[in-house]
Order: sequence, then structure tokens, then C-alpha cells
Amino acid sequence: MSVAIAGAAECDLGKTGKSILELQTQAVTRALADAGLTLADVDGIATNGISRFSATQLADYLGLQPSWSDSSFAGGAVFEMYVARAAQAISSGQCSTVVISYASNQRSARSRKLTGVYEEGTPEAAFEEPYRPLYPISYYAMVAQRYLHTYGLSRADLAGVAVAARDRAQLNPAAWTYGKGPLTVDEVLAAPMISSPLGALDCCLVTDGGGAVVLTSLSRARDLPKPPVTVMGYGEALTHTGMATAPDLLRTGAIESGQRAFARAGLAPADVDVVQLYDSFTISVPLGLEALGFAAPGEGLSVTLPHNTGGGGLAYCHPGQLGVLLLVEAVRQLRGECGARQVPDASVALAHGTGGIFSSHATVILGVDR
Amino acid sequence: MILQFCRSCQKYQYYPRPICVACGGDDLWPVEAAGTGVVDSFTVVHRAETPYTVARVSLTEGPIVLTHLVDIPDPVCDQPVRLDWRDGLPVFRPSLPE
Ligand SMILES: [Zn+2]
Repeated sequence: MSVAIAGAAECDLGKTGKSILELQTQAVTRALADAGLTLADVDGIATNGISRFSATQLADYLGLQPSWSDSSFAGGAVFEMYVARAAQAISSGQCSTVVISYASNQRSARSRKLTGVYEEGTPEAAFEEPYRPLYPISYYAMVAQRYLHTYGLSRADLAGVAVAARDRAQLNPAAWTYGKGPLTVDEVLAAPMISSPLGALDCCLVTDGGGAVVLTSLSRARDLPKPPVTVMGYGEALTHTGMATAPDLLRTGAIESGQRAFARAGLAPADVDVVQLYDSFTISVPLGLEALGFAAPGEGLSVTLPHNTGGGGLAYCHPGQLGVLLLVEAVRQLRGECGARQVPDASVALAHGTGGIFSSHATVILGVDR
Repeated sequence: MILQFCRSCQKYQYYPRPICVACGGDDLWPVEAAGTGVVDSFTVVHRAETPYTVARVSLTEGPIVLTHLVDIPDPVCDQPVRLDWRDGLPVFRPSLPE
């Protein structure tokens, strides 16, 4: 059975002063309204970041008793994984209408910690934490250092990613940096160094925000108000938790995740019109575009294929986990709803989520209904 | 610095585990590392009174370890380093000249 995304929405973004569950409620009810459905239609929930029992918590808060749920945790990649799980659950008949949602109030609550989380009893707590890397940025910084070294590039080359993200956000009224005007390479280079070669403006934003998407069967989605966006393929890969595990910093799990998604969809990178890629840091963009097959190794900084059209985590919104908002922007591009930033005739979109320190990867390929 | 050597597949691993992640075997023996390697990559962490250099070092035996670089003001990827100890932690400093 083919499955489609029938609704998509953001909750309030930026600095909201709202609780996580208030933002979750906004995301869920707005996505359902977008789909022409109500809470009474929902029998599947996938979410995390609320509590230890995230899906159950959200179900209780919304007065639901779903027949299917998923609260897997894999960092920001998990929302693309939820799409795969939801499509399988709908196809197998375990449920008919799934809401995938996420929200964070991390800016309002000042809950973001740069030192991150080393959990007691893990090998990383014993063998890596004593060296006081910042989690996750020091890992991305080592990837960036290796990338610049390998391809003979400079910090200024990488800074261009932040500059481009800011430019794109000027076309997205919902973006945190909308109306702030362009960023220059010099400004990125002059920002306080955090973990070299990455400075403060090489890092994603810290904002409140979130969103939701609604999945149902394609045949049902065709009877709903908005044009269905079909789930054409998905793939994922888990590679490591430790900073010393990956044999090659420049070969991430996005390679396998992307290949699996393309194989399932029966498509190739050349078929994709627009990419939404998790830009946790500037380095994530060129490396991700290369891994997914949109550029040769070392050439990811010169990709012209439209990507991160809303401004991404660097310039639009970064509520701790960006994954669900990658899906929201992909859906809107495929529906032609993006106004000034619309990619003309976009018919295939790829969303790629990443979690942890390039630890988990998941790719979803979406298309217009033909 | 103690590595594990797998007598079944002849590979080394670090940190210690009950099985060899290369072959799944458990014929693992503790061996002293040669203490030599090269910098795979590094980052200078500036969120401290005194910045410090976190690095991945590729040991000659194969495993990669997270560590600190000491007495290397301007590290570069692929430069050779040797093991030293600071406050009970294995760290790496410049290789001795040949
Ligand atoms: Zn072995």
C-alpha cells in the first residue's frame, strides 16, 4: 500500500514562552487542520523529546489512545525513521493515520547545554569524557578540520555555507534570521571560536520550535483537501556513538542511508529537485550533499541543486532536533506553497536527518502524486 | 596504554570489550601499545580558561583513540605523535626527531 503525507505544519518558532506540550499541541492540531482531519482521526503517534514516555505522554495530553506509537530516540534523524515506521504500520493495517511531531522550548527554557550528555556507564564516559570534548560540536569540528585538510580548503570556504543559509532565510518569513539581512564571510570568521575550526556562526541556532506531519494511505490522502505527497523511499544507517569509532571522518552513514532510500524509491540523485539536509553545522552541508550523491567528494561546497530552502538549522530554526521540520519544508516545496523561495516544478524532494555526532542517519524521498 | 589483540584475526582494538568487533571472537589478549601514531584530526576547544586540543589519533596498531595533544601549538592532520601521560590520562606529544 502506498502511503502519503497529507498534512504538515510548524508550531510557533523562535522564543515562544510556551511549554513543550503546548507547542506539540499546536504542531499536531495545525498539521491535522492542514490535512483536513481532526484528532479523532489519529490512531498512531510518533514523537520524542517530551519525557521518558513521550508518545504516551502526548497521547494522554491530547486525549488519544492510539493503536500504534513510536518513541525511538536517535537524535535529529529519528523523524525520518518515523516516516519509515509509520508507512510500514499503515501498510500493514496496524493504524490508519499517524501524526509525527516534535517540539522544543529550549530557547525559552534555556535548557541547551554545550557540554552535552555523557551517560554514566558508557564507554564514552570512561574513555572520551575525560578529554572534555564539547558534545556534539567538537566532533563536527574534527570532521571539518579533516575536510579542510583533505581538500585544501579554508574556514572562509566553509563560512560560505552560513552565508548562503542566511540568504535563503531572507525568503522565509518564519525564519529566526528573517529580515536580519545578509551575513558576510568576515562576520562568520570573526564570530567567537568555539571548537576550531568551527566558530559560533558555523553552528545551528538555538530556538524553540517544532512541527508535525500527518501520514495516511495514498488512496485516502487523495480524498483530502491538500495534494498528497507520496513516500517514495526511505533508508537509514547507524554508525557510532563514540568520537573515535568511525574509521574515516569523511565517510558518514549518509552514504548508506541515501543509497538505501534511492534503491527503495527506484530513483537516483539526478531525479531530485530539492534537498532538505540537516545542517547542524556548516560542515554538515557539503559533506551531506557529497554522501547523498549530489556532489563528488570535496565538491559539496559548489552544489547548485536547491537545498535547505527555508534557511535550515543555521538560519531558520533549530529546536534541538530539526528532523520533522525538514519534512515540513519538503512537503511545502512539493505542494508549491513556498512563495518567494519556491523551487519551480519541484516534484521529488529528499529529506535527510542526522542525529548525535553523525551517529544516526535517515533519508526519506518524497514525491508529488502522479 | 593497553590495547586488546585478537589472536583469531590479528586485529587490535581499543577500548577493551569482551569480544573482538572485527571477527566476533573472544581470544583477546592485553598488549602494551607501541605509543606511536598520527593525528587523524583535532579541534582546539575555546570554551575554557585555557584552550585545549582534543584529537583523534590513529595508533600504529590500527585503533583510533580520542585524546589530547600537548606541546603542539599548531597541529596538522597526519602529523606523527607519540604517547605521553598527563594526570593519569594517555595524551600525545610531537614525535621525537628521527
Ligand atoms: Zn578478531
